[in-house]
Amino acid sequence: MPDRDAGRVLAQTWLERVTNANHGLPQSMQNHFERRESTMNMRTVAGPIVMLVGTILFAGCDESETNASSSNRATASAVRLLNVSYDPTRELYAEFNEEFRQHWKAQTGQDVTIEQSHGGAGKQARAVIDGLKADVVTLALAYDIDAIAEKTNLVPKDWQQRLPHNSSPYTSTIVFLVRKGNPKNIKDWHDLTRLGVAVITPNPKTSGGARWNYLAAWGYALRQPGGNEQRARDFVAALYRNVPVLDSGARGSTTTFVQRGIGDVLLAWENEAILAVKEFGADEVEIVVPSVSILAEPPVTVVDKVADQRGTREVATAYLEHLYSPAGQRLAARHFYRPVSPEHANPRDLQRFPDVELFTIQEVFGGWHKVQQTHFDDGGVFDQIYVPGK
Amino acid sequence: MEATLNKAIPIRPAARVRAATEEPLWVKLSLIGLSVGFLMLFLFVPLLAVFTEALRKGIGAYFASLSDPAALSAIRLTLITVAIAVPLNLAFGLAASWAIAKFEFRGKSVLITLIDLPFAVSPVISGLIYVLLFGMQGWLGPWLDSHGVQIIFAVPGIVLATIFVTFPFVARELIPLMQEQGTEEEQAAVTLGASGWQTFWRVTLPNVKWALLYGVILSNARAMGEFGAVSVVSGHIRGKTNTVPLHVEILYNEYNFVAAFAVASLLALLALVTLAAKSVVESRLHHHSQKTLEPATAEE
Repeated sequence: MPDRDAGRVLAQTWLERVTNANHGLPQSMQNHFERRESTMNMRTVAGPIVMLVGTILFAGCDESETNASSSNRATASAVRLLNVSYDPTRELYAEFNEEFRQHWKAQTGQDVTIEQSHGGAGKQARAVIDGLKADVVTLALAYDIDAIAEKTNLVPKDWQQRLPHNSSPYTSTIVFLVRKGNPKNIKDWHDLTRLGVAVITPNPKTSGGARWNYLAAWGYALRQPGGNEQRARDFVAALYRNVPVLDSGARGSTTTFVQRGIGDVLLAWENEAILAVKEFGADEVEIVVPSVSILAEPPVTVVDKVADQRGTREVATAYLEHLYSPAGQRLAARHFYRPVSPEHANPRDLQRFPDVELFTIQEVFGGWHKVQQTHFDDGGVFDQIYVPGK
Repeated sequence: MEATLNKAIPIRPAARVRAATEEPLWVKLSLIGLSVGFLMLFLFVPLLAVFTEALRKGIGAYFASLSDPAALSAIRLTLITVAIAVPLNLAFGLAASWAIAKFEFRGKSVLITLIDLPFAVSPVISGLIYVLLFGMQGWLGPWLDSHGVQIIFAVPGIVLATIFVTFPFVARELIPLMQEQGTEEEQAAVTLGASGWQTFWRVTLPNVKWALLYGVILSNARAMGEFGAVSVVSGHIRGKTNTVPLHVEILYNEYNFVAAFAVASLLALLALVTLAAKSVVESRLHHHSQKTLEPATAEE
């Protein structure tokens, strides 16, 4: 470090430079002007920025306060619900939420705003476990809600008994989506293990649909003549050797297959496959229905702790019950879900659902808990058979 | 000042260097062609694609997608996030680079390394840190929840994650410049009787203002565009916790391609504005550092 004297010399040079810049003024004034100029610049810039930030911060506080107090007064004039759902239900709930909003307004006079969050079902369940404040969850499979019940006390363990049909207001199944004209001639599950057939399916670790895909394939192999656990395992392993990429959710896989043009066959929810045909046109892709598939039951439930905390239990319960109403069932069928009460649906919508032999997870696998432990937990069968990058 | 400067240095050394490294014309041309071609392929074509897709259904559909309530709320959230994260990073960056450039202390190199940490860490991990800290299964989550405070899956989490991924930008721009400038001018100011604050406002800040602005522009661009870290802590609630990049993903996943690219074009425009602002500031920065540094060497 230079000492005090050196500092003074430098001060002198600095002063000289300043003096050179403003000829003809007394030194003190020149100094003054030079400094004044630069500080003014910074102040004129800094002032508004500070004010802007201040305003926004305070505005933010204001808003969160009003939010908090309005949720306490939830029974008053307006109420908000957060529905945390899985990937392919976007279109269904966009329309159903509007239907329920009108229904609730007519019945109670209260305005209800329903917020939506979508993603892979496993990921969404994880977010709820980590503190995403969902009033209701509408997920892809019972285990996702079981996981919430196990890891937290947000929902009771017997949640699935609270609504009819195992708390599933609509069901679906797994079908194949192939390219126009079915160039690889894919007819049934055994075609998926052929050499040179690229199969697109999401990651069973994060996606509910992917787990249904996996189990449908496993169930098919078990039900073949001479089928047993070992053969089913070999069959599913061969199938996953044909999978070039695992997306994290069903919708990601659909865009991989249709938009990016990767793969020969997409294993998809029936609703997702019909929607893709509708969105992208029958001249792009077509549906192949296998000989046998699985009955997929996507369940719904109120998240009790959150609903009680936010005072939304009543409207949240009504929201889910409305899914079982004639209006809800009609909308489910319109968005390609199989309604549990088909008599309420438009018969034309029902024609889209082909007759296919469906087995349930209970009869083939003995329920989700066993399935999750054996197949999808860390080190389970899926981890043993799936070799990434193959 | 400019005039005295040029008189003091009659021959600019840069001119001689350039003459000595003169290359044959074809080398120059092919190098230029290669880099321009590369830029066209990797920057211009995708940029063009974004705007073509966005305008595929006409200008009406384009503006309709931008004025959709969910899109507006995403834009608003992004602006709020930026308005909080960037000024905080500005303050932090100034303080940190001041400390590093002007003082000697133990653990200085550790501090410099820590400032660079967000560059080294994957954005997804940056987001997960906050889930581990503030999630209901995390360290502070249950306590915060019992006091009615929501950090992740809400705006505060998004702001925190954004601050984390953008905090090196300002400091990284300032540290080298401040180190280069040294403490001499501050010492001079203090010798002439300036107080600490006066020295800061009148000497230090004017000397680094262009570098500071440059850092702010970069961290602003990153804050608006950040996807990974924000995606982890967002909760993806439509119209509530979606920033602009997350909203683009949602629209794309809803097969709403025109709207997705329309909103993406905002980010592309931001990139263009950033580039323009960056080049202006860069030239000022260059200009300014020559102005402040050269006379000192000339007079020694």
